[in-house]
Parts: sequence; C-alpha cells; structure tokens
Amino acid sequence: MRELDLDLDAFEGPFDLLLTLLLREELEPIEIDIAAIVLAFVERLAEREEIDLEACGEFLVLVSALLELKARLLFPDEAAELDALEPEEAAEELARRLGEYRRMKEAAVWLAERLAGERDRWFRLGPAPLAPQPERRLAPQDSNALAVALRALAVPPPAVSLSHMALRFPPVSQFLDRFRTLLSRRRRFDFESEVIGLSRVEQAVAFLALLELRKSGEIALSQAAPFAPIRIARVDDERITTWTARSA
Amino acid sequence: MDSTLRLIATNPLDQLARTIEALLIVASAPLSVAELAEAAEDDPERVETALGLLRERFGERRSGIVLEQVAGGYAFRASREASEACARLFERPIERGLSHAALETLAVVAYLGPCSRPEVARIRGVAADSAVASLVERGLISEAGRESGPGGAVRYRTTPLFERVFGLESLAALPRLDDLGADGEQIRERLLEVASARAS
Repeated sequence: MRELDLDLDAFEGPFDLLLTLLLREELEPIEIDIAAIVLAFVERLAEREEIDLEACGEFLVLVSALLELKARLLFPDEAAELDALEPEEAAEELARRLGEYRRMKEAAVWLAERLAGERDRWFRLGPAPLAPQPERRLAPQDSNALAVALRALAVPPPAVSLSHMALRFPPVSQFLDRFRTLLSRRRRFDFESEVIGLSRVEQAVAFLALLELRKSGEIALSQAAPFAPIRIARVDDERITTWTARSA
Repeated sequence: MDSTLRLIATNPLDQLARTIEALLIVASAPLSVAELAEAAEDDPERVETALGLLRERFGERRSGIVLEQVAGGYAFRASREASEACARLFERPIERGLSHAALETLAVVAYLGPCSRPEVARIRGVAADSAVASLVERGLISEAGRESGPGGAVRYRTTPLFERVFGLESLAALPRLDDLGADGEQIRERLLEVASARAS
C-alpha cells in the first residue's frame, strides 16, 4: 500500500513520501486532495485479484488521520463548536456542507457543458475601448482679474543676494608687504594690534603671511602663553635680545 | 415640399441602426443600451428598436456576422456556420486547458461572489490558490475589494468576459443553485440514518 504512486496537483510520488512530508510539515495538508488519494488506492485495489485486508485497514487509518488533520486546518475556529454538536446536528451540518459542495460541483459540470456548447461561438477579443477624454471647460473668467494676475506674475522677482556665498580672500602677498614695511620701521610689534578691525578671513590670511615670513627666516615669533598676544620681531633684533640676555 | 421633408424625418431609425452597427463594429466588448444611446445621442427606447432591426439583419444564416445579447450588452460575433473556418485561423486562449478545479472555483465565484480564496477552499475542501490565479490570468475573474477587518482576504467576482465566453446575458442566466445537486436531501437522510444508528 505504501508503494502507492500518487499524481496530485500538489504532490507527485509515493504515498509514504507524502506522509513523511506531511509529518515534517513540509507540505500543507490543505493542499492535498484526499479524495484523489482514495481514488488512486481504489484503482490499485481493482487491479489486484485479491483484497489485502491488512493494507486496506492501514490505508483507512492513515487516510482518516489525514482527513481529520485537514478538517481541523480548514475549520480551526469551528472545531470546538462541532465537538459540542449532537450527532444529529453534526450530521445535519455535514450534510449541509456536502450539499453545498455537491451543488457547486454540479454548477461546474453545467459550466463545462455550456462551454462545450459554445465552442462554435467566435468573437473578437481586445482591450477595452478607450473612452474619449472629456473636454475641459474653464469657468467664465474676468479679463481684468486675469490681467492683474498676469501683471503680478510679470514683475521681475527681487535679486537674490549671494553675498554670503562669496568668501573673499585677500592675497597673502598683501600682508607680506605690509609686515615687511612695518618691520623696516619698527623692530617688533604685536600681531593682534595690527589685525584688529579686519574680518576673520583677513585675519586668517594675515596669519598665513606671518607663517610665511617665519618660514623664510625673516621674523621671530614669540608667545608668552596660549592665547597670549603673538609678538613679532625682526630676526636681527631677536638675536641681539638673546645675546644681551645671555651676556647678562 | 413639406411631405418630402417629413419622409426624410421619419426614416432616421434606419440611420440610427447604421450608427449602432458602426459602434458595435468598433467596440471590442459588449455595449449596453445606455452606452449606445449616449454615444448615438438618441433615446434608449429608439436604440432598442434599432437593435431589433439589426438583430433581423444580422441573424444566423443571414449574415457572417451575428448580433447577440451577451454580458449585459450587445455585441457582434461570427456566425456559427463559420466557426470551423475561425478555428483554423484563431486560438481560444481563455478556455484552453481550463481544469476541473478551475471550473469548480469559477462556479463558486459566479454563484457566491464576491468571495475570497479561503471561502472557495472551505467549500471545495482544497486550497484554491492556483485555480484562482489561473482564472485571474485568463480574465474570467477579477479582484473585488477585501473582506472587512484588518488583513482581510482579497475577494473575487466574475468579469463581463466570463459572461461573454460562456454566452450568458448576465449572471442571472445561470441555473438556480437550488436546481443543482438534487440529491442533497438523500445525503442528509443517509447521514442522519448513520447518526441515529450510532446514537442508539
């Protein structure tokens, strides 16, 4: 019996493999047409001369279990209600459902016969015709109001200021010249006192010029403490100061 | 002079019939009387009269084109005597390979629709997913909203194409459900016999 080969919509193969898949929950019982299994078994029985009662009994037990499993899955909420039904009521309910299905089966047969009877009816199939787009009609407009609206639209918009986007960097050379001139006149000066009043960008460029002069060895820089004034001195003057301090 | 004008004026029914004939030739789906009347800018009753004229003109054995009342409207089709020639040239993609499971599902949707796949599965006792998908692909059923409540299942109903393929004027042309499955009472009696035997 277990070698019974099945060819169902949801499964094709031996019956025992079907059982294994169902037990492992790799196949949904709801997908399985149990009536088709019974039919296949009955056909198999008919092919044999002797009836194997043991196989029949085993099959009945397995198919009953399958049916119960499937029924519980199909009507999960109604299981409790059905349990509470009296045998007569349960039979009545079952008869109602069987009758409903029987009617649908008959309806399907009617449809199949109808289809067969209509095979000589040929008609054109095509996409649904496109309905013309309705013409759009505007409400009556006041021409003066329209002119006012157009005039308002015709006014050029105010120019958008882009000043915040322009970062103007003065050339470093400008500050190089300025500091060199200053040092030619004075031996030393404070950076802060020279850049006070300048913008942040100009102050930054001035500082770059300072670094450039330091790099070329033209000036000496000193700062007593972090954030203390930066003192700038000519290199010659710095050497003299250092020498004086050492000699002292 | 007056009588000539009156003669022209009393003959517009034939002209209306020609207009309707033209509309039906252009349409790829059946047109209702209301649609024809709107397009022809004429009275629905006169349209029905004109359709009567056309039905006489385009009847079986009179013309290669036949006027039929189907799917809630009127449409032209080939005459039945030309069906073999049509079959040599054209296919029937909608009906081809329509399985028994699909026909049962179609019957459930046609009678109980709009209904969902779980409802179809409850009646048929097997999952209806593939049958429903096949029927949707063929254009015989289509989605018709969802069941109430959060996450409600999609509901389906038959399309006008279903009525046309099966040659039905409307769903009302289906046989009454009570007339089908006449042995339902026998099932009930047999089950009740078994139940009473077990109870005793």
